[in-house]
Amino acid sequence: MEIDAGDEDGSAAADDTGFLARVRDNDLLHSFLRNRLVVVAAAVTLTFVLLSVLAPWIAPHDPYDVRTLSLLDSHTPPAWEQGGDPRFLLGTDDQGRDILSTILFGARISIAIGILSVLLAMGIGVSLGLIAGYFGGPADTVIMRIADVQLTFPAILTALLIDGVARVMLGAHQSAGGEFWILVVAIGLSYWVQYARTVRGVTLVERNKEYVQAARLIGLGPFKIMFAQVLPNVMSPVLVIATINLALAVLTEATLSFLGVGLPPTEPSLGTLIRIGNNFLMSGEYWIVIFPGIALAALVLAVNLVGDWLRDALNPKLR
Amino acid sequence: MLAFAIRRVIEAAVVMLTVALLAFVLFRFVGDPVNQMVGQDTPLEDRIRIRQELGLDDPVPVQLGRFLWGAVRFDFGISYQVKQPVAALIAERFPATIELALAAAVFAVVLGIPMGVYTGIHRDSWLSKIFLTISLIGISLPTFLIGILLIYLFAVKLGVLPSFGRGEVVAIGFWRTGLLTASGLKALILPAITLGLFQMTLVTRLVRSEMLEVLRTDYIRFARARGLASRAIHFGHALKNTLVPVITIIGLQVGALIAFAIITETVFQWPGMGLLFIQSVQNADIPVMAAYLMMVALLFVLINFIVDLLYVAVDPRIRILGGAS
Repeated sequence: MEIDAGDEDGSAAADDTGFLARVRDNDLLHSFLRNRLVVVAAAVTLTFVLLSVLAPWIAPHDPYDVRTLSLLDSHTPPAWEQGGDPRFLLGTDDQGRDILSTILFGARISIAIGILSVLLAMGIGVSLGLIAGYFGGPADTVIMRIADVQLTFPAILTALLIDGVARVMLGAHQSAGGEFWILVVAIGLSYWVQYARTVRGVTLVERNKEYVQAARLIGLGPFKIMFAQVLPNVMSPVLVIATINLALAVLTEATLSFLGVGLPPTEPSLGTLIRIGNNFLMSGEYWIVIFPGIALAALVLAVNLVGDWLRDALNPKLR
Repeated sequence: MLAFAIRRVIEAAVVMLTVALLAFVLFRFVGDPVNQMVGQDTPLEDRIRIRQELGLDDPVPVQLGRFLWGAVRFDFGISYQVKQPVAALIAERFPATIELALAAAVFAVVLGIPMGVYTGIHRDSWLSKIFLTISLIGISLPTFLIGILLIYLFAVKLGVLPSFGRGEVVAIGFWRTGLLTASGLKALILPAITLGLFQMTLVTRLVRSEMLEVLRTDYIRFARARGLASRAIHFGHALKNTLVPVITIIGLQVGALIAFAIITETVFQWPGMGLLFIQSVQNADIPVMAAYLMMVALLFVLINFIVDLLYVAVDPRIRILGGAS
C-alpha cells in the first residue's frame, strides 16, 4: 500500500511539471525551433489561414458588395505608384475592386478547397489502404491495381477529367456554388493514391503485431481493429503526406481555376484572380496579376517547407 | 528479359483497356450525345433518326465493341463543338504539342545536366548557390505563374519575344513545323522555358545528388590516385555513372511534359492538343475529351514501357531480378 501511494505521489509530481516539461523536451518542437526557415514558413502559413478566416472582418473593402464599387476607381495602380490611391494599397482591378481585399477573400476560398479536398483524399486513401493492408487477397489486388492505373497519369490530368465530367453531369454553369464542391471532389479523388499506398505498407507490418492479435482474441471486429487500433499507428506518415498534399491541392485548384474550369469570376479563388489579371498584363497593369500570384506562391512555398521539415523530423532514420 | 517484356505488355494492355472503358462510359453515359449535337428546336423525329444513325439504340455491348473498334483505328466520331472529325482535329494539333514538349525536354537536359555537374563538383561556390536558388524557384512557382512572369518581362517590358501563338509554320507533309522559320523559333522560346523549367530543376538536383554520391566512391579516389586529370575523372568516370537514373527520370518526365503542356499552351495560346483538350472540357465536348484521354494514355503507356525496357537493358542488377521472378 505504502509503495503504491509513493508511486502515485511520484507520478503526480511528474505530472505537475509534466506538460511543460514534455513540451520543452519534445523532439519535434526542439527541431522546429532550431530551424529558423521552418519557423518563418509556419508563421506565414498560419498568417494566411488567420487572414483568410478573418477576411470578411479585416479586409479594407468588401469586393463583392456591388454598392461600394465604383468604376471611377478601376485600374488604380498600387498606392506607392504615381496615380495610386491610399485607399487601395495594392491597386484595383477593371471593376474597381480593391486587389488586397480580393486576395484575402480569394485565399479564403483557395485554402477552404485545399483543406476539404485533402480531408477527402485522406479519408478515401486511408480507408482503402487499411482495407487493402489488413484483409489482403482480392481486396488488396483490386485496390492496388486501381491505384497503379491512376498513378500512370499526373494528378492534374485526373483532376481536370473529373472536373470536366462533373460539369457535364451536374450542369455547373447553372447551379451557383456547384463549382466549389466539384473542385473539392475532383482534387480529392486525384490525390488518394499516395495515402493508400503508404497506409497499406504500414498496415501490412502492423497487422502481425501482438496488439492486433490480442484485439482479435478479445473478439473485436476487423473494422474496429483497423480504425481504432491500427489507424493511430499509421497517422504520422499520413500527417506528412497531408501537409505536402495541401500545397499540391491549393496549386491544383489554382491551376484549374486559371485554366477556366475552376471557380467563376463571381466567386474568385487566387487562381481565378490570376486568370482575370492575365488579361490586363499586356497593357502593363501588372498589379492585377502579380500580387495574387505572389500570394499563391508564398502560400504554397510556406506549406511545402513545413511539409518537408515534418517529413524529415518524423523520419526516425534521419534523426 | 522476354518474360519481363511480355508481362509489361499485358499490364500495358490492361491499362489501355481500363482507360478505353472509362472513355466509353464518358462518351455514352455522360450527357446525351444527341442533345449535344442538335439545336434546341430540332423536332423529336429528327432526334430519333439521329439516335438510330449513331447506333445509340443498340445493346450496350455492341456499342462498346463499336467504340473499341473505332478507338483502334483512332476514329472517335465528330466533335460536338466544331462539327469536325476528332481524329483530324487532334492530328492537326499533335505536331505543335510534340515540338513544344521536345523543345522543353532539350532545354531541361542541356541546361540541367551542366548545372547539376557544376553544383555537384563545386558544392559551396556562389554560382552553385545561385543555381540551387533558381531550381528552388522552379519547383515552388506554379507553371502558369512562370509563364505570366516571362511574358511580362520579355514580351511586355522588353518587347523582344512574342507572347502568344506559334509564329509562321511550314508544312512538311501533314506535319506543320514551326522549327524552320525565325518567327516560329522565337515563339517557341518562352513556352519551352515555361514548360521545361520544372524538369530542368529536377535534372539539376538529380545529377547533383548522384554526382555527390559517385564522387565519394572508391573508384573515383583510385582514379585520382592514378593522377588522372579532374576533367577526365568528372566527365569520363563520374558523370557517366550518374546517367542511368537521369535517363529514366527524363523518359518518365516526357509524359509529364505532355500533360503539363495543357497549362503552358493555355498561357501562350499555343495551338496544341492541350489547348484543344481544355476547350473541350470548357464546352463539354465529350468525343474530344475521350480521344485526348486515349491518346495521352497510349503515350504514357508507351513511354513507361520503353523506359522500363531501357532500364533493364542498362542495369544488369534489375535483369537478374526480372529473370528470377
